[in-house]
Amino acid sequence: MTTEAGSETEVKENAEEKSAVQLDQSEKTTEGTQEVAATEGEERQTEKEKEKEGKGITRYLPTWFKKQKSQSQTSPTKEVPPTEEPTIKVSQEEAHIPEVNGHAEEVEEKEAVGPQQQQVKEKESHSNASADTEPAGEGKVESAQKSLEGTEETTKEGAKEEKKKEEVEKEGGQGQTFIFQSPLRLVRKNKMKLVVCHVTLLDGSDFTCEVEKRAKGLFLFFKVCEHLNLLEKDYFGLTYKDHHEQKCWLDSTKEIKRQIRSNNWQFAFNVKFYPPDPSLLSEDITRYLLCLQLREDVASGRLPCSFVTHALLGSYTLQAELGDYEPDQPRPLDYISQLTFAPNQSKEMEEKILELHKSHKGMTPAQADCQFLENAKKLSMYGVDLHHAKDCEGVDIMLGVCANGLLVYKDRLRINRFAWPKILKISYKRNNFYIKIRPGETEQFESTVGFKLQNHRSAKRLWKVCVENHSFFRLNAAEQPTKARFLTLGSKFRYSGRTQNQTRLASTLIDRPAPAFERTSSKRISRSLDGAPMISITDTSREAENGREPHLELHSDSKVKEADLSPGSVEATPAQSPVRVRGDNIYVRHSKLMLEDHDKTQEEVLKHQASVSELKRSFMEAPPPSPPQLNLWEKRLTSSPAMATRVQQQTVTTEVEIEETVVVQEISKAPKAAEELQTQEVKDRDGAGLQKKHESVSSESESDEEAEYHPNVSVSISHTQIPEEKEEEEAEEEQGKKEKLTAASSPVEPEQAAAAVEEEEKQSSKEEEKKEVSTEEPMMTPDEASNGITSREEAASVAAEEEELPKVNGETSVVEARPQVICCSEPPVVKTEMVTISDTFAAQKTEIATKEVPIVHTETKTITYEAAQLDGSGDGEPGVLMTAQTITSESLCTTTTTHITKTLKGGLSETRIEKRIVITGDCDIDHDQALAQAIKEAKEQHPDMSVTRVVVHKETELAEEDD
Amino acid sequence: MAGLMAGFGRYTHAIVRGTPESLAKGALRSSQAEVDVTIAQREHDAYVHVLRTTLGLEILELPADETLPDCVFVEDAAVVCGDTALITRPGAESRRGETEAMKGALKELNLNVVEMTDESATLEGGDVLFTGREFFVGLSKRTNQRGAEILADAFKDYAVSTVPVSEGLHLKSFCSMGGPGLIIIGSSEPAQKALKIMQQMSDHRYDKLTVPDDLAANCIYMNLPNKGHVLLHCTSEEFPESVKVFEKLKDHMLIPVSNMEKRKVDGALTCCSVLINKKANN
Repeated sequence: MTTEAGSETEVKENAEEKSAVQLDQSEKTTEGTQEVAATEGEERQTEKEKEKEGKGITRYLPTWFKKQKSQSQTSPTKEVPPTEEPTIKVSQEEAHIPEVNGHAEEVEEKEAVGPQQQQVKEKESHSNASADTEPAGEGKVESAQKSLEGTEETTKEGAKEEKKKEEVEKEGGQGQTFIFQSPLRLVRKNKMKLVVCHVTLLDGSDFTCEVEKRAKGLFLFFKVCEHLNLLEKDYFGLTYKDHHEQKCWLDSTKEIKRQIRSNNWQFAFNVKFYPPDPSLLSEDITRYLLCLQLREDVASGRLPCSFVTHALLGSYTLQAELGDYEPDQPRPLDYISQLTFAPNQSKEMEEKILELHKSHKGMTPAQADCQFLENAKKLSMYGVDLHHAKDCEGVDIMLGVCANGLLVYKDRLRINRFAWPKILKISYKRNNFYIKIRPGETEQFESTVGFKLQNHRSAKRLWKVCVENHSFFRLNAAEQPTKARFLTLGSKFRYSGRTQNQTRLASTLIDRPAPAFERTSSKRISRSLDGAPMISITDTSREAENGREPHLELHSDSKVKEADLSPGSVEATPAQSPVRVRGDNIYVRHSKLMLEDHDKTQEEVLKHQASVSELKRSFMEAPPPSPPQLNLWEKRLTSSPAMATRVQQQTVTTEVEIEETVVVQEISKAPKAAEELQTQEVKDRDGAGLQKKHESVSSESESDEEAEYHPNVSVSISHTQIPEEKEEEEAEEEQGKKEKLTAASSPVEPEQAAAAVEEEEKQSSKEEEKKEVSTEEPMMTPDEASNGITSREEAASVAAEEEELPKVNGETSVVEARPQVICCSEPPVVKTEMVTISDTFAAQKTEIATKEVPIVHTETKTITYEAAQLDGSGDGEPGVLMTAQTITSESLCTTTTTHITKTLKGGLSETRIEKRIVITGDCDIDHDQALAQAIKEAKEQHPDMSVTRVVVHKETELAEEDD
Repeated sequence: MAGLMAGFGRYTHAIVRGTPESLAKGALRSSQAEVDVTIAQREHDAYVHVLRTTLGLEILELPADETLPDCVFVEDAAVVCGDTALITRPGAESRRGETEAMKGALKELNLNVVEMTDESATLEGGDVLFTGREFFVGLSKRTNQRGAEILADAFKDYAVSTVPVSEGLHLKSFCSMGGPGLIIIGSSEPAQKALKIMQQMSDHRYDKLTVPDDLAANCIYMNLPNKGHVLLHCTSEEFPESVKVFEKLKDHMLIPVSNMEKRKVDGALTCCSVLINKKANN
């Protein structure tokens, strides 16, 4: 409660500020105080809603419909409430009431939006923005942000509004909405601080755009991609120079401001993942951009190649840019010498280039690009990202990260290579970088190879690059769900984008006509070598219109839906929220990885169940606006952000925002509901806890000197299980509270630690509460969908979280009841993970639940441990991360035990033992019994361990999906 | 231009060198075997005949130099890939002089000649295995890290990985290419170990053809127009078991070439020629 109270007060302040802002910003500034009050109320509402949503979202997540509904509801609410409710809102600071009103109103409003409403909307948007702003201003910014993020959904809804307000942003179109949302939020009390970003594009030109100061990396990236008219954007990224002039990838999930060097908003657009086979790219424009990058790589010497290859690549460049060789062109060498093809470009080379150029006669630019890439891709250093390091003996080496794995170079020689499949774990500690190698055929033990990096930053940077490359190239969409879960363990940073497989899949959906684009050389156009006259369209706006305008419309629809739905979610219980917040934070951190997995699975499930969900919708709601109209293109756009969101855990705020984005997507796509749920959970927690913990959380993730990443772990398990399993129960253990305490005591993050402890304690109680609530909720859900309005105020107290639970409730409760938090005397770190039981069968309880709400999130502490492994592997070397995994698969039960020993900054060491028990089985299996048995056994084995969390995840339709 | 890495095994020219009388006593060897120079010369003539007549390569034959007893083994003096030729710096001091004539011949063929001037570097061509996609350089008594680095500098397009050679003279004393993506490897433990290393170091997948005799694993693979896959390998008199293995290569034109005498001074089939593909580079 305390948190909420605080937030409320803040909100009030914010509201005031917002109102001011609104006045300033809103085009229709002249609204009366009433309006302002209304706006304030709205703001509050929205914030509360957000919080509630966030909290509720978690619970909420299980039901897609709910989300959808909620979303739709929320948007209307937001819109409507301002107009109608102003008085009420003014009087009532609490959002609950307004929300209710809003719901009712929303429906009406949706149909006919009057000018007032628009104004209101604007206000709302403003309010949202202001809300966002407020937090920052107040110092509780983080919490506010979270709330804002929650608001983002509303913002999305408000995208239309935004358009009005921000013409600039309008450029983006629907695809941009995501981005836009963030900017809107970004709007601060100071009237929205916009920052000018300079992005150096691959052709050397400078792209300038304004971005809200708090915008996340993704926003800017999308803006750039939009400007470039690039759809296959997953291969690309933005870089910036850090304080040490090191090139770093801009994390799309984090605020730009927090990553860049003080106020140096200078970026470069670059290829991040070099496709091993560029011919598989769908669009010529993508290949063209890749060519530009490679030309630069070659010319700068980053991509070494021989004289002949230089000449050959140069000749293709000429062909692509100039067209056929023209014998009558005067002194071609003079022209060529102005171009840079190689680090040491000689006349001889230029002559060779010209000579080869002649042989390309008749080749179109696109063909020339293809030939260029076909040759470039064979270069041994193609796509290899080199990092300076030293081996254990202090010898200078280079570590190269590429699509296939990790390469070790000494000077120019490759002295070792670790393919991704061979790597079990990637970690870093201080300035050390470690990879754990799978034992060879003849070897019995895993080996860990360590490298020394120049400093902690470079070690972390290398680690991140490895994690991202592994995820992008190695992970398969199909494999991801299982893998993701395991990956989740321990590490915080994850690749947030789509994998290569996913992006390829998405590329196949591109159905736009090949976009015309202007090559660097204007001569090209006049010649029209391509056969068809080249039309250079520099304006992004035109191009954008083709694919994007529809998006906008869709979005709006989705927004409406969201608005409708949101009220329910918003209604989260106030009392619970405060408590949860604390606990949630921790949860969030650890569970993030899990989220990915779930998301993926969920996505698939969603797709499969899309039809089901629609049925549900119709059942639940009379007017559920469905977004079936989405273009493939749009889908891609939407999907990508979502993906990113899920993965990112480091910055809570960021995640939250992204999550919101996800919601939008979900709206459009039924299948993604599950994802939403997860995200929502995160949001909830974040929102609640963000105020206090947000900073700490982020700091942890970022400040951590070590991190782990298990690329391959448990792949086998996942595979085997997935097809057959219908239900999975995972229980993960978290280390004792003591660890947390120690962490807290550590100099770095005292606040966090404390919070964490509290969280844990509270969690248990909360969880129980939640469970109880959840039982009731199943009933609620349907009601909410239909009504949404009446009982909300009261119901509002019932957290949105509860809503989520209902479906699973029965099972969940059982599971939860048994595991209790046990204090461990041992120093292990407590991890919280979400165990989700998605049960189709379980859903039987409620019709809706069955189909629609496959996933239930329950927070429970579960865990177990095997002392033997701890003793053996965990403690060995202080600096080295040791992980021992034991996988036992029995009939129903799969147990995975992970020991992770880390050294923290303070010199403290943290040992985490995680035991995950996955119970797989058909509907006829008594999960509860099985779980109880498993926990019992685990406790017997390791009495010291405490059960941190039990997550029940029922996945009904996985099998179908796989098919 | 066929482009990078196209046409593995396609050759138009071969550089060979006469067998000096001094081979019998002066050539370096790991055993105490007596060498009959006459037989060695006869073998060499037959070898050149195959290259010239059977396979239709243009032969550039350098005259033997009596002061260079090992000069017949031209492979060690240069590494040619594409139109770049790296003049080596043999690890055996007595062989350093062999590179002079080789350099002249390569320049005559209009190749980009790169010289290894670093005094600390040693490299012999017998330690260089080019697979079509990348280089493996054996670190042996004759070849060191620095030599490998210079090779990597000379052939920037390709990955160059080092492979420790603990036994045997050269890396190619127990392996060679038998086709695109096919490595012929001896069955000895060091050979198998080296293969494992190569496989681990490579981004590409290689099939292997294991032969019972390490020395039989040194073959010459070509892919010639109108002839397809060509494999010059040892005779059944020398290594009957290994030849049986080669005979399983149904797609290959198998040409047994006797190398009995030169083997006594550690000369393998690949040692006696430098193969060049001129047309591909023009």
